[in-house]
Amino acid sequence: MSDILAVTDHRRGDLREVSFETITAGRELADTTGGDLHLAVINGDVESFAESVNRDGVDVIHTVEHGDDFNHNVYTQALEQLSTDIDPKYVVAPHSVNGLDYAPAVAQRLDYPLITDAIGFDAADSLTVTRELYNGKTEAGVSVAEDNAFLTIRPGEWEPAEGDGSATIDAFDAAIDEADVGSTVTGFEEVGSGDVDISEADVLVSVGRGIEDEDNLDLIFDLADALDATVSSSRPIVDNGWLPQDRQVGQSGKSVTPEVYLAIGISGAVQHVAGMKSAETIIAVNNDPSAPIYDLADYGIVDDLFDVVPALTEEFQ
Amino acid sequence: MKILVTVSEVAEADDEFEIDGLSIDDRYLTYDLNEWDDYAIEEAVQISESRDDVEVVTVTIGPERAEETIRQGLAKGADRAVRVWDDSIEGSDLLDSNTKGELLAAVAEEEEPDLILAGVQSGDMAFASTGVALASTLGYEWGAVVNNLELDGDMANVHRELEGGVEELTEVELPAVLTIQTGINEPRYASLRGIRQAQSKPLDVKAPEDLGVELGESVLSLTSLEEPETESNVELFEGGAEDSAGQLANLLREKGVDA
Repeated sequence: MSDILAVTDHRRGDLREVSFETITAGRELADTTGGDLHLAVINGDVESFAESVNRDGVDVIHTVEHGDDFNHNVYTQALEQLSTDIDPKYVVAPHSVNGLDYAPAVAQRLDYPLITDAIGFDAADSLTVTRELYNGKTEAGVSVAEDNAFLTIRPGEWEPAEGDGSATIDAFDAAIDEADVGSTVTGFEEVGSGDVDISEADVLVSVGRGIEDEDNLDLIFDLADALDATVSSSRPIVDNGWLPQDRQVGQSGKSVTPEVYLAIGISGAVQHVAGMKSAETIIAVNNDPSAPIYDLADYGIVDDLFDVVPALTEEFQ
Repeated sequence: MKILVTVSEVAEADDEFEIDGLSIDDRYLTYDLNEWDDYAIEEAVQISESRDDVEVVTVTIGPERAEETIRQGLAKGADRAVRVWDDSIEGSDLLDSNTKGELLAAVAEEEEPDLILAGVQSGDMAFASTGVALASTLGYEWGAVVNNLELDGDMANVHRELEGGVEELTEVELPAVLTIQTGINEPRYASLRGIRQAQSKPLDVKAPEDLGVELGESVLSLTSLEEPETESNVELFEGGAEDSAGQLANLLREKGVDA
């Protein structure tokens, strides 16, 4: 009982990058336990997916074909049965929106402690997982007092697995109980395709919670006008209904790669950073010097945005 | 119809804080209603306002201090509240989601709700797992990260917010647990009348043993807590807002940004 089971993630016909990162995390665990790394590929074009995830370090790939798309009931039942079969010491899955939709259920059914959103781990002795607490302001070590655990890993923290593998591919005959499939995916929708495409902009003036009030957005639009830039935002601005969804930068919004990204009143939560870290030059205006955006920014002004932004607009008028 | 809403009180740390052992010193923490749960409460209250005979009950695992937060939910329109606590919970660093699921499921079994709404995650611990663990324990159907909800007979039609601006449209059979994402609605502020009424709404306190749950040893514990090392290479412009804005303007011109 030292094997590792890692779960891959795909959507609408494509494997997601985090699948390869999960393989790397799974391989690290298997190296410390001395067991095999098993992968689960569930639903979709499992044969072609299995071929793609057959990377160096993978020992066995189990495929389960029971529909085209993700379905949490199918995932939950298949992973429970597969785990009963191979008895993994640790199960590892992506901390993705779909991961969140099956991992807690599988962990509950297997009675494995669940530690989510891991950014590191040490499995040498017993398992200790590194994850953030208090809204990203601290990093904690969380130790697991049992032999088994279910981990979900934060996307972007492990390198994607490379190199061709020589895994055995096994079509796993999961007995899916249809009576226990109480959810049906009926379609997908792309949100907010308005007139503005922030992912095409060369210069983005991006606004966050620090703007405090909807009326203050005028300051941001004035600056964007003066710079001939496009306005984007972090999540809270869209949640408040102050800007449409197509302006949102981040994990659940758009990924952007402008030449200049001016982050105003944005703290730089990990979900936001996921969508803008590839910008060429990142500039932050935030009065909190410990805000995580400064870990990433090339340039910054630690001051009150209500003073800085009008002064900057003035410079370009 | 009955809706159960799971409500957490969360601790928010100040920008500057000190760590004392395995926790942030209490002086630097502010306790408040979890942001995601605020949206879950609003969703439940809106459903109760749009149809007849809907009771909204909140359930919280938390110490006596959390009653102020629980009253916020009652002030916003929940009808009554249950709080679960005892010394054995107090003694645990971190309640794992299987244990939370078991405690909340025991309350749900007494209440028999048609729908359970939970926040996607708590702002402080952010495991993002309680709702689905609860559903699995209870044998309810579920849906995680919901940003649109329509009830249609014995089904819930939901949008699940996936990454990258894509939503999954899913039909979920009731009874179900849905985890609610921020932005699904506009949470209201409690009215003065609501706040007054909340004082007299029922708030029951139960220990795990009242619910027939026996807690074992905690399976998760904290071994360290620290501020992450900053990897900052940022070049800061200084000298007050005007001066620094001038320096930034020069940089932007160098980068070719100009109207």
